[in-house]
Amino acid sequence: MSLDADLALTRGDLALRIGLAVGPGEVVALLGPNGAGKSTTLQLLAGTLVPDGGRVELDGVTLDDAAAGVHVRPRERRVGMVVQDYLLFPRMSVLENVAFGLRSRGLPRDRARAEARGWLARMGLEGYERRRPAELSGGQAQRVALARALIVEPRLLLLDEPLAALDAGTRPVVRAELRRHLAGYGGCTLVVTHDPLEAMVLGDRVVVLERGRVVQQGPPAEVARRPRTDYVARLVGLNLLTGTASGRTAELPTGAVVALAHDATGPVHIAFPPVAVTLSLRRPEGSARNAWPLVIADLEAHGDLVRVTADGAVPVLADVTPLAVADLGLEPGGQVWASVKASEISVYPA
Amino acid sequence: MSRTRRRQDPRVPAVLLIPAALGVAILVLPMVGLVLRAPWGGLPSILTSDEVLTALRLSLVTATVSTGVALVCGVPVAWLLARTRLPGRSVLRGLVTVPLVLPPVVGGVALLMVFGRRGLVGGWLHDTFGISLPFTTEAVVLAQVFVAMPFLIVAVEGALRTADRRYEDVAATLGATSWTTFRRVTLPGVAPGVLAGAVLCWARALGEFGATVTFAGSFPGTTRTLPLEAYVAINAGDTEVAIVLSLLMIAVSVTILVGLRDRWIGTS
Amino acid sequence: MSRRPRFGAIALAVTAAALLSACGDDGDDAAAPSGVASGPGDDAPGGTVTVLAAASLTESFETLADQLGDDHPDLEIVYSFGPSSGLVEQLLAGAPADVLATADTTTMDDAVAGGVVDSAPEIFARNTLALAVPAGNPAGVTGLADLANPDLRIAICEPQVPCGSSAQRLLDAAGVTAAPDTLTTDVKEAASLVALGEADAALIYLTDAAAVGDAVETIDVPEANTVVNEYPVAVLADAPNPEGAQALLDAITGEPGRSILDAAGFLPAQ
Repeated sequence: MSLDADLALTRGDLALRIGLAVGPGEVVALLGPNGAGKSTTLQLLAGTLVPDGGRVELDGVTLDDAAAGVHVRPRERRVGMVVQDYLLFPRMSVLENVAFGLRSRGLPRDRARAEARGWLARMGLEGYERRRPAELSGGQAQRVALARALIVEPRLLLLDEPLAALDAGTRPVVRAELRRHLAGYGGCTLVVTHDPLEAMVLGDRVVVLERGRVVQQGPPAEVARRPRTDYVARLVGLNLLTGTASGRTAELPTGAVVALAHDATGPVHIAFPPVAVTLSLRRPEGSARNAWPLVIADLEAHGDLVRVTADGAVPVLADVTPLAVADLGLEPGGQVWASVKASEISVYPA
Repeated sequence: MSRTRRRQDPRVPAVLLIPAALGVAILVLPMVGLVLRAPWGGLPSILTSDEVLTALRLSLVTATVSTGVALVCGVPVAWLLARTRLPGRSVLRGLVTVPLVLPPVVGGVALLMVFGRRGLVGGWLHDTFGISLPFTTEAVVLAQVFVAMPFLIVAVEGALRTADRRYEDVAATLGATSWTTFRRVTLPGVAPGVLAGAVLCWARALGEFGATVTFAGSFPGTTRTLPLEAYVAINAGDTEVAIVLSLLMIAVSVTILVGLRDRWIGTS
Repeated sequence: MSRRPRFGAIALAVTAAALLSACGDDGDDAAAPSGVASGPGDDAPGGTVTVLAAASLTESFETLADQLGDDHPDLEIVYSFGPSSGLVEQLLAGAPADVLATADTTTMDDAVAGGVVDSAPEIFARNTLALAVPAGNPAGVTGLADLANPDLRIAICEPQVPCGSSAQRLLDAAGVTAAPDTLTTDVKEAASLVALGEADAALIYLTDAAAVGDAVETIDVPEANTVVNEYPVAVLADAPNPEGAQALLDAITGEPGRSILDAAGFLPAQ
C-alpha cells in the first residue's frame, strides 16, 4: 500500500501545489502554520474537494486524475479520516458509531456489531459500547474515532490535528497510545499538525508545508537538526542564518561574517541553538571567534532561562540564566556582545 | 476581596418595557376576551354536541395527516434548498414560501384552478380516473399542506444550514451512500429542527380556514373542520358556539405545543 | 371602517369575474365627480353613510352608489356586504353603521329585537331561488329532484343563513331531500362554485345567477314561486349620520333603486 499524490488547487488566497508520497505502513506528519493548506490537502485526499490539477494514486488505484477527469467519490476511495473534534455521530451509541462503516457497506447488523466490539476491545474500550459520545473523555473519543475509521480497513488514514482537542495533561498519554495504534496499522497514514512535537513523535517522516508548498521534508531528526525555513527553525528552537560560504567563513547578506568549524562552499544554512550563545557587555576574548555587537529587542521567560532577542548585523536568539540577566543588567535597548563558538554551529547547503 | 456574585436580571429599560407590554396585550387580550365571554355553563353540552365532536375529529385527523405529508415532501425540499447548488435555488426558495404571505383564500382559489374539476391537474384526474378532489377530505388535507408545509420547510432548512456538514463527510469516507448518510446522520442531526417545524406545521394546519373553505368547501364530517364550524356558527349568529370552538382549538394546540416542547425540544 | 372581508366569497367572486370577463358589461364605470361641485341644495345630505347589506345586494347597491354620486356628490357610501345573519351579529356586538339591508325578514327581526333598529323596516325587494348550473349544463340537471343525486356535486347555502333556510323551504315544498357536497355560508360562494364548474348545481338567488353572467344557466323550477324572500331595509337606531341614511333609504325604496333592482332581477315589493 502506498500513496502517490500530486495536487494542485487554487482557492481564494491559497495556491496549493504539492507532491506527497507515503509508503506502506509509513506515518507522514504534515506540519505547517495555519493557512498553509494542510486541511485542504486532507480534504483533497479524502475526496471531499476535487483538485484543479494533478493525480492521486493509492495502492495502484487512480483516485484523481484532473487531466483525465477522474474523481473517485469519498465513499469509494477507502480513505479513513479522524479529525480534531472526532465528529462521533452524537445520536448513536459508541458501538453504533464503530459499526457504522460496516453497516454502510451492507454487513448485517449482528456481524457489524460483533466486529465493532472486537475493535473496541482492541482500543481498550470494553464496557463503553452503549455510551453516547458525549459521555466519553477526549482520549476515549479519539480511540472510538480511530476504531470507526480503521474497521473498514482504509488504505490511507488521515488524521487532522488528532491531539489538539485534548488538554495538556492527557496529551502525552494519548499521543503514546496513538503512536502504538498507528504502528499496528499497515496502511499509509498522514497526520496533519501544527505542533512540532506531535510531528516528531508520530511521524516516520515530516513534511513541512508553507503557503501551499512543501518547503522541507525528511526524518524528524533531520528536520529538527537542519531547519530550512525560519518557520521550521522557530519550531525546533534554533537560530537560522543564510549566507554564502567560502572556506572557513560565511558572509551574510548584511555583510557580517560568521566563522565556521569546517570548510564549506556556496549558499549555506547556518544553525545554532540559543543556549550556545553567550552574552557579554564587552567584546569577548578567547576561543569564540564569532562575536557581534547587537541591541537587545526583547526579554522573555523561557523555562528556567531567559530568551533574549537581539538585533543587528546577525540577529540572534540567546538563552541565558536569570542571574546573567541581572549581572549584565540586560534590558531592551541595551548594547550587548553575542558570541558563539564555531564548534556549536552546524552548516549545511541551502 | 473576591465574592461570588449571582448574575442578576438586567434592569428592563422603560423604552423596551412599554412596547413589550403593549405587544403582549395585543396578543393576549383577545384570548382573555374569549374566556370572559365564554358560556361556561353551556360548555359541556356544546362540547359534546355531535357537530363539535365531528369537527374536532376531522380537524385532528386532517392536521395530523397533513403534517405527515408535509414531512415526507417538505424535508426533502428543505434538503434540496440547503444542500444542493441547484440553479434557480433562490427562486425556488421564494416560491415554496409564497403560501406564507398569500392570503389563504387566494391559495384556495389557486388550488381550485389546478386541482378543481376543470383545473390543470384536476381536469385530467377527473377525465382519466373519475377522481374529483374538491369537497373531499383529501382536499382539506391538500389545502392544509399548501398553507402549512412552508413553515416546516423553513424550519428544517434553517436546521440543515446550521448543522455541521463535516459529519456527512465522515459518513461518506466510511462508505455510506448519500441516502444512508441522510437517513442515519443528517436527519438525526436536525431532528429538533424537524420536530419544531412539524409542530408549527401541525398548529397551522389545525387553524387553517381560508384555503379549506374555498377549495374543499364546508360539509359536516367531510370537510367542515373546527375553524369552518366556528365560521358557520358566527354567521348563523351562534357566537357562543364560535367562542367555545375557539377555546377548544386554543386548548388543543396549547396542550400539544407545550407538551411537545417540554418533552422534545426543551431537553435536547 | 368595519368593512368585513367575506373570506371565500370575495376571492371566488373576484377570480371568477376575472376568469369570466368574456361577459363584460361595458362602460358605465365612469367615476362619480369628485366633490368640488356645489350640491343641489343647501340642506343636501352629506358625509359618510355606512351600509351593512346582504351579499346578494352587492352589484345592485354598488351601481346605486355610483348613480347617487351624481345627485349627492357630498355623500360617501361605504358598504360591508356579507351573510345577513353575520351582519346582524356584528351590529349586536356594537359595529357602528347607518343602514341595514338584509335578505330576509327573520334576520331583520333579530336586529329589531336586539334594539339596533327602532324604526319599522321597509320591504324594498323580493327574490326567489333559482337552480343554477354551469353554462351548457354538463351534468344534465333537469329539476330539483336532481339535487338528491349523490353523484352530482351540489352546493347549497348553510341552513342557518337566509339563502340556506329558503333553500330548505323550497326543497321541502318540492319533497326533495338534497345530497349537498358543500354548505356555503354565503350565496356568492355557491354561485362562484357553479361558475367555475366545480359544482354541478346550486340553489342560489335568481339575482346572483344573473350577476354571474353567461357562465351560469338557470333551470326553470316550478316550485320556486312558493318561496319568496323579502328584503327589508332600515335606518339603524344609533346611526351616526341619520340624514344621509334616510336619503339613501329613500333612494333604495324609490328611484333610482327600483330600476336598478329590477334590472338585477329582483321582484318588486308587493
